[in-house]
Amino acid sequence: MKNRVKYEEKVAKILLWFAALTIICILFAIVSFIVIKGVSSLSWEFFTENPKRGGKEGGIYSTVISTLYLTGVALALSTPIGVGAAIYLTEYVKQGRVVRLIRFGTESLAGIPSIIFGLFGFVFFVIFLKMGWSVLSGGLTLTMMILPTIVRTAEEALKSVPRSYREGSLALGATKWMTIYRVVLPSAIPGILTGIILSIGRAVGETAAIMLTAGSALGIPLSLYDPARTMSVHLYVLAMEGLSMENAFATATVLIALVTIVNMLANRFRIYFTKQVS
Amino acid sequence: MKINNIKIETQEFNLYYDHFQALKNISLDIEENKVTALIGPSGCGKSTYLRTLNRMNDLIDNVRVEGSIKLDGVDIYHSKVDVVNLRKRVGMVFQRPNPFPMSIYDNVAYGLRIHGLKDREKLDEIVEKSLRNAGLWDEVKDRLKKSALGLSGGQQQRLVIARVLAVEPEVILMDEPASALDPISTSRLEDLIAELKDKYTIVIVTHNMQQAARVSDYTAFFLSGEMVEYNLTKDIFTTPQEKRTEDYITGRFG
Repeated sequence: MKNRVKYEEKVAKILLWFAALTIICILFAIVSFIVIKGVSSLSWEFFTENPKRGGKEGGIYSTVISTLYLTGVALALSTPIGVGAAIYLTEYVKQGRVVRLIRFGTESLAGIPSIIFGLFGFVFFVIFLKMGWSVLSGGLTLTMMILPTIVRTAEEALKSVPRSYREGSLALGATKWMTIYRVVLPSAIPGILTGIILSIGRAVGETAAIMLTAGSALGIPLSLYDPARTMSVHLYVLAMEGLSMENAFATATVLIALVTIVNMLANRFRIYFTKQVS
Repeated sequence: MKINNIKIETQEFNLYYDHFQALKNISLDIEENKVTALIGPSGCGKSTYLRTLNRMNDLIDNVRVEGSIKLDGVDIYHSKVDVVNLRKRVGMVFQRPNPFPMSIYDNVAYGLRIHGLKDREKLDEIVEKSLRNAGLWDEVKDRLKKSALGLSGGQQQRLVIARVLAVEPEVILMDEPASALDPISTSRLEDLIAELKDKYTIVIVTHNMQQAARVSDYTAFFLSGEMVEYNLTKDIFTTPQEKRTEDYITGRFG
């Protein structure tokens, strides 16, 4: 009997270890495969030159700008709206049926496949509102896509702020908004940032919805009304139309590097703010 | 018992959480510049009563009140009363020290800043004075810019008191302020309460009857939402009038 228990213990440990190992292997395999294939085409010019002959030659400068532009627009819109909604839902509304319904709504929204957001964005922003394929249409579509994540994570972050902070502030004669603005929000910033990091990953990697709403025109978008081709879309076009696999892999490498850098920076911020509040 | 300088006058006060009646017909006068202790077993309503005095119960859904509580003769539950101003006049110290996650200085300055004080010199002055009055200045004067969360529990509780003192309240409510502190910190806190009563009216909830006997001038004994007995502390602990009070203070229940 005793041997059997010990045996089970060992098997469980090995299986769990194997599961963890699988994840690391997959990550390592993907990243190394892409980087090995892509790194040889990387050069300084690859970053500073615009694509030539549809991407067969030249660099990816315009797509990097487009990616940053679109993601920036989406974050600039979704962060205040998302955090605002989260504050309203956690601090102002009486918890009950309506809030549960809204919460169910945001969760469902998070589960909708991105192509559906793309289709809606295409019909609504591009055609109905006559925004055309543009940074604005794409940015608004991305905003809708990442809002649920931001709302949910911000809500969790706000809920984890101790009640005693709120009570302490209110007992000093602070109004509700003062309490939220000066005590609750600063304490919730690390959690809110986590949501924003996740959103950046999603926004940068999005392809289908962006193609439908921001288009795939090469060239640097100079205004919100210009079309834009992000790195993900560029990568898709390069690979799909067989223009240049080398450049596709190189673009993928840059994309991975970009996401990694953003995550690292955001983590720095998070640690910095966590230190501020504890 | 006749109370002369009434600061807070409670008359036939009832409080309900939904259908549960947490306070039953409480009538109680609190004297100015004295310490009044509220004692009783857990769930007897003493903390609930304390929280009615600065309307912290407003934060809970489905609370209903009847009767009146007057601060300097003005009903604090009147619809025209500004709760923000009330809470400025009636400060509160909680069971667990709750400094905000910011520097020691910013904690004390918090109440002043939210009420619009920006003048740096004036802030410095009041912060120092408040910390001195809370008996914390010498321990923290060299690290005012450090996080308040790095202080010990006892220091944090005195910091919270300094934070309350900074907005110059008239009444200070304390909800079991020493329950999370070690004996040495507790004794420092009790000394502080004795010093503060010259200037402030203090109402303190405590589970510790020795503490009530040591720090308070008056004691009210609560049981199941009722106020059973209210008297001078020295009388209530030596010659309780009610059998239930006697049972409680002699440790027969609770």
